[in-house]
Amino acid sequence: MAGVAGPAAVLEVEGLCVELSIGGKPVRALNNISLTVRAGETLGLVGESGSGKSLTALAVAGLLPDNAKVIAGSIRLMGEPILGKSEAELRALRARSIALIFQNPTTYLNPLLTVGKQIAEIFDVNPRLLAADGERLSHRKCRQRAWRAAINYLRLVHIPDPERVARQYPFELSGGMQQRAVIAMALIRRPHLVIADEITTALDVTVQAQILRLLLELRQSTGMTLLLITHDMGIVAQLADNVAVMYSGSLVERSDVASLFKAARHPYSQALLEAVPTIHDGRTILRAIPGGIPSLTNPPPGCRFHPRCLRAVDECSRLKPEPISLGPSHSVACHLYQAGQPA
Amino acid sequence: MSEPPVIAVDGVTKHFPVRGGLFAAKAGSIKAVDGVGFDIQPGRTFGLVGESGCGKSTLAMLLVKLLEPTAGRISLDGESISDLKGRALKEFRRRVQLVFQDPYGSLDPRQRMLSALIEPLATLGLAASRADAVKKADEAFELVGLDAEILKRLPHELSGGQRQRVVIARALALAPRLMILDEPTSSVDVSVQAQILSLLERLKQSRGLTYLLISHNLVVVRYMSDVVAVMYLGKIVEMARSSALFAAPQHPYSVALISAIPVPDPESRKLAALARGDVPSPVNTPSGCRYHPRCPYAEGICRESEPALTEVRSGHFAACHFPGLATL
Repeated sequence: MAGVAGPAAVLEVEGLCVELSIGGKPVRALNNISLTVRAGETLGLVGESGSGKSLTALAVAGLLPDNAKVIAGSIRLMGEPILGKSEAELRALRARSIALIFQNPTTYLNPLLTVGKQIAEIFDVNPRLLAADGERLSHRKCRQRAWRAAINYLRLVHIPDPERVARQYPFELSGGMQQRAVIAMALIRRPHLVIADEITTALDVTVQAQILRLLLELRQSTGMTLLLITHDMGIVAQLADNVAVMYSGSLVERSDVASLFKAARHPYSQALLEAVPTIHDGRTILRAIPGGIPSLTNPPPGCRFHPRCLRAVDECSRLKPEPISLGPSHSVACHLYQAGQPA
Repeated sequence: MSEPPVIAVDGVTKHFPVRGGLFAAKAGSIKAVDGVGFDIQPGRTFGLVGESGCGKSTLAMLLVKLLEPTAGRISLDGESISDLKGRALKEFRRRVQLVFQDPYGSLDPRQRMLSALIEPLATLGLAASRADAVKKADEAFELVGLDAEILKRLPHELSGGQRQRVVIARALALAPRLMILDEPTSSVDVSVQAQILSLLERLKQSRGLTYLLISHNLVVVRYMSDVVAVMYLGKIVEMARSSALFAAPQHPYSVALISAIPVPDPESRKLAALARGDVPSPVNTPSGCRYHPRCPYAEGICRESEPALTEVRSGHFAACHFPGLATL
């Protein structure tokens, strides 16, 4: 979507194709993924299990598993290409520029270190974050400032009594508090991009609401750029500026959030919106999507959604649809639409 | 309310002892379920919502006699289930069926689907012959919309949605009186969730089933249930007809739960976090009203005395000193 004026692109993914080797056989797991996240923007990446949304995030962070290979495309962060970097360069990049937050906070917290200590540890890798320009700090001074910064960030994510919590071990905190600590760790590095992968899925609804509110608030106060991965259309509607819908390794629709919820174009996006009952309309009839998610090892030909699509035409089983633009911020990959023509 | 209820739960309590250490004496107890009572009318769906640790799954275990209550009484069709033995217990096992969240855990990984369906029929003596059992299995598969070819498969060869259908079919083959659905769609994707919910709804109509639906997902409960009870730390804090409860919840916890759901409408952005902090541990339940530490409306009385579940409007029960104060 070149030519659209606005804030600088933080993340640009273009034509990304990733192959997984499953049982020695190559399997196309990501197909021609292109997306842009601009500074301060929240992009919601939605899809069901196996749609490739987490794999996309891992590719962006240079964390693809050993059996995955990028076979085409490019990923640029702040204009700098990520693919082809060495492991050391990628580590440095993750330490500085990309923060990842996952579903299960316990996995990402060291059980043997207090919360404050592991947050402060981040400054061992990034001592420059503590010092004003040109300032030289003694080791002692460094540690003091790191500890204070850790407490400040715990306060920023609304952890009550941060001085006490900083001295506690992760197991002493509830799931919601742990997730807050992980968010504090992510933000303290002032990363260019925060990737949040299903971060509230393991939490209770009332705690989920607290974390979502926190994200909303932090987005305003810190201007963070967020790639928000979720399967919950409600979370997308509440937080995202733009949305990319994935199905079986492909992007099927990209849109600003208002247009998507008002007028989703791809039959899968439409079905996804209609398949979720809402709290307000009560016992209406649900429109179930027939069938199940296709396997990656033996995907259907043509459009991967066609066996479940109620509007499929002949072409759909033969030809893979290319994304076409329906407007400045709306594109869809579906044979039912033609470029530039509102359907 | 004239028909006798299928299941009547009265003052049911389940406490689990907590020991201080390996050899230490009993240090206290987890009040997993603490004086819960409700009736389920035939042909209705009773929805039970609550967050983790509220006791909803313990209650399910009590209802199917996988656990015995510490106190209280559960009756199925007017008969107490506590002393069931022998044939009567077997008959009870047939009449109440349980469908769990994770269908993979409910299926033997090395058992083909046909034998998974036939086994309970044989155990409970419901089939005259093997041919009869196979016929019944076929019929059950047809009811849940599964291809008979799947009967030859092993669990790992099925998708999550198909596995959940198999488990539902297995329960249906026994012609149960009550089906307890414990988070039946939590492990499947949203596009498949709609299929399972529609299927359950259809089966309820065509087979005259009665459901107890347990879920943390309010949207699912709202969609499926006639009557809804909200549980918090082992107690029912609010109970009413589904439409009334979701339109005008009386307990601040219900209000917090309902407003915590992200609304799938970008035009109406109102993320509310009304409940403070996290669900406390059921070992040290707070004094007075169990919800008071998280409640933005709590006053002195809430810390001191525990509110009883009382009828605040016709057919609408809430356990709160200030019902109706919190609104959506």
